[in-house]
Amino acid sequence: MAEEIVQDVKVIVFQLKNEEYAVPVTQVGSIEKMEHITRVPNTENFIKGVINMRGIVTPIVDLRSRLGLEETPADENTRIIIVDLADTSIGLIVDAANDVVDIPVDKIEESPQVIGAIDIDYIDGVVKLDDRLIILLDLRKVLKFHEIEQIKSIEN
Amino acid sequence: METDQYLDVFIEESKEHLQALNQHLLELEKQPEDLSLVNEIFRSAHTLKGMSATMGYQDLANLTHQMENVLDGIRNHQIKINPDILDVVFEAVDSLEEMVVDIESGGTGKKEVSELVRQLEAIESGEAVLQTAAAVAEETETNNDTSGITLDEFELAVLRESEEKGYQNFYAKVTLREDCMLKAARVYMVFEVLESLGEIVKSNPDVSQLEDEAFDLSFEMLFVTQKSMDLIKEKILQVSEVDAVSIQDYAVDTYKQARDSTAETKETPVPANAAKQQETTGEKKAQHSNKTIRVNIERLDILMNLFEELVIDRGRLEQIAEEVKHPELNETVERMARISGDLQSIVLTMRMVSIDQVFNRFPRMVRQLAKDLNKKIDLQIEGAETELDRTVIDEIGDPLVHLIRNSLDHGVETPDVRRKLGKTETGTIKLKAYHSGNHVFINISDDGAGINRKKVTEKAINNGLITKEQASIMTDNQVFGLIMESGFSTADTISDISGRGVGLDVVRNTIESLGGAITIDSEEGKGSTFSIELPLTLSIISVLLVEIQQEKYAVPLSSIIETAIISKSDVMHVHNQAVIDFRGRVVPLVSLKDVFQVPEVIEETDHYSVVIIKKGDKSAGLIVDGFIGQQEIVLKSLGNYLTDIFAISGATILGDGQVALIIDSNALIK
Repeated sequence: MAEEIVQDVKVIVFQLKNEEYAVPVTQVGSIEKMEHITRVPNTENFIKGVINMRGIVTPIVDLRSRLGLEETPADENTRIIIVDLADTSIGLIVDAANDVVDIPVDKIEESPQVIGAIDIDYIDGVVKLDDRLIILLDLRKVLKFHEIEQIKSIEN
Repeated sequence: METDQYLDVFIEESKEHLQALNQHLLELEKQPEDLSLVNEIFRSAHTLKGMSATMGYQDLANLTHQMENVLDGIRNHQIKINPDILDVVFEAVDSLEEMVVDIESGGTGKKEVSELVRQLEAIESGEAVLQTAAAVAEETETNNDTSGITLDEFELAVLRESEEKGYQNFYAKVTLREDCMLKAARVYMVFEVLESLGEIVKSNPDVSQLEDEAFDLSFEMLFVTQKSMDLIKEKILQVSEVDAVSIQDYAVDTYKQARDSTAETKETPVPANAAKQQETTGEKKAQHSNKTIRVNIERLDILMNLFEELVIDRGRLEQIAEEVKHPELNETVERMARISGDLQSIVLTMRMVSIDQVFNRFPRMVRQLAKDLNKKIDLQIEGAETELDRTVIDEIGDPLVHLIRNSLDHGVETPDVRRKLGKTETGTIKLKAYHSGNHVFINISDDGAGINRKKVTEKAINNGLITKEQASIMTDNQVFGLIMESGFSTADTISDISGRGVGLDVVRNTIESLGGAITIDSEEGKGSTFSIELPLTLSIISVLLVEIQQEKYAVPLSSIIETAIISKSDVMHVHNQAVIDFRGRVVPLVSLKDVFQVPEVIEETDHYSVVIIKKGDKSAGLIVDGFIGQQEIVLKSLGNYLTDIFAISGATILGDGQVALIIDSNALIK
């Protein structure tokens, strides 16, 4: 985050519980309304199942469950944000998504270290914008992608 | 200017021609008098030569050129066919194949061919006195003073031919501007311009160097055209960043004189055939493009995906039409359904290719192997027109090669052994493919020694694969299946034909990974048959849709024996395992609700719906809550993110747009 030239990062802001989170627009494929999810058995808790995303079977992750928040039933504001990571599309269930914001890179701060808290590695940084506090997520870590890649490299 | 795209076409077409060469050579071997075959071979060789010369693969071109000379001699009754000549020609084709394979894998296609060229020359000169020293002259090519372009016999022939036909040969020197940034791109544009006006015979430096920008600012070309010099000059100058163009007439005679005076070689009569064949090449190409076009398989995949979405929407539309009950809407939806049904079968069959693609390389291979092993083999092929999905075709080649090698090496005996046994000296290997239901069967049978059950069991016991007790109760098929276990080999001597017994297990694994199965039948002294069963396509399968509570799952039909409804009172327990007595067999029961941890919402009834599945000789009963029905579905992967999910092999999209998971029944049988 120590770039000399001040640049803006366009992010999609979404809500989980009472907090605002964001992921870069470049990683987002689309935002969908909630639809029927086919449960996939014997997977991690936060994987809710798969949906048919224009002919592609797409895994769905409940972000609340992944970030350790209590799960809530879906309502009309619930959205699925489809993100693209390393040729794979994954859907994230969020409470609401309705904002695209430009964040100046120099406003991104490292996440505050809290003593005693479990090491949370999936936060990329925090941004204070007027009176809003936006938490930037590192999607690879949120989705435990590095673990999957490890498995892949072992298999190869 | 060869982009990757051209390279692909070149490789594909070269392979086709090589295949044609092989096939016709084999036929020629059987009917040496059939000159129409020689013509076919000649045509393939000639096209190959032209293509490889254009692409700048000099070794390839040289070898085909020499081969062509020999073939021409045969055609003109100057050379008489004998097995030795054919051997050399076969060897030449082998080398050509190697070069093409090398090019395909990103190599330069270079190979030491001078020995083969020499042999071919020897054949040519030994019997055809008329055409001598053609190649000698070729080797001592020197620079033409006027242009710095050297020509081989083929190119000279083309130029000479065009002169005779009233075309003009031009020599052009194009100089690019000094500040030109993309030299290769400009060269490409110049070539495009010229190719639209005529044909480029030769360039200096050659195309690959031009492409690598391995030239200073100017390059030279020889080309053949009917257009005027001025027009050409004007056209080239239209390409941006071209500084200057100089064009002049080019006379073959002048070149030859210059060449012959510098290198004191004999004047060589240009083989007339080289030029003559130009016309045939043209005709053939036209024929070709009418029949087929090449489509990248990825595009077909995309088409299939799009089509699937259409099918899903069609389902929704049908539902809506039913609710609205509007007659005209109904009619239209019905028509649409019919049309999309037709479309579906076309999209699916488009991916199908005939297995001949795989089979057609076997005659050649068997011939060579039989020679190496001193055996006499008659290979019979049946059902080569049988069609399979392209993805299956791509995978099945290697296993088949292995099985045929196996039959040749371990199956069929040597001629003297066969004579002693009262068999015909020539052994027969039969390759047969046919459709049956949703499967394709491929049988490889030989009339050789068969499998010695005793030898196999002994070896398996020694290797610790089975115990003595097991051996005594195994069926013949089970015993023969042992030879496909890893690390098993019955060959007393290890040969380089079928290796060391690592292989048959690989064959089995490959076939099983394609969703197929392989079985062996054998009778000692009479021969063996390897039967492979393969799904028609990997992307579309027939399934039974079942309900588990409120979730839908798909069970591949290929693994289902039958379905049954069983009263709870018929379930027995053996060591805490629920089993049923099904047609006299004890079949263990598996509750899918438990395996998949399906949330329970429906109360249990006093009957079980059971799907009886099989894996080899074992079976199991899957308890479900209801059968929905049989359906053709499109197999989808769950992607990279969800991997290794127990007992789930993939997913599919149902008519209502929802995803259903496909059960991997093999994982449920231990």
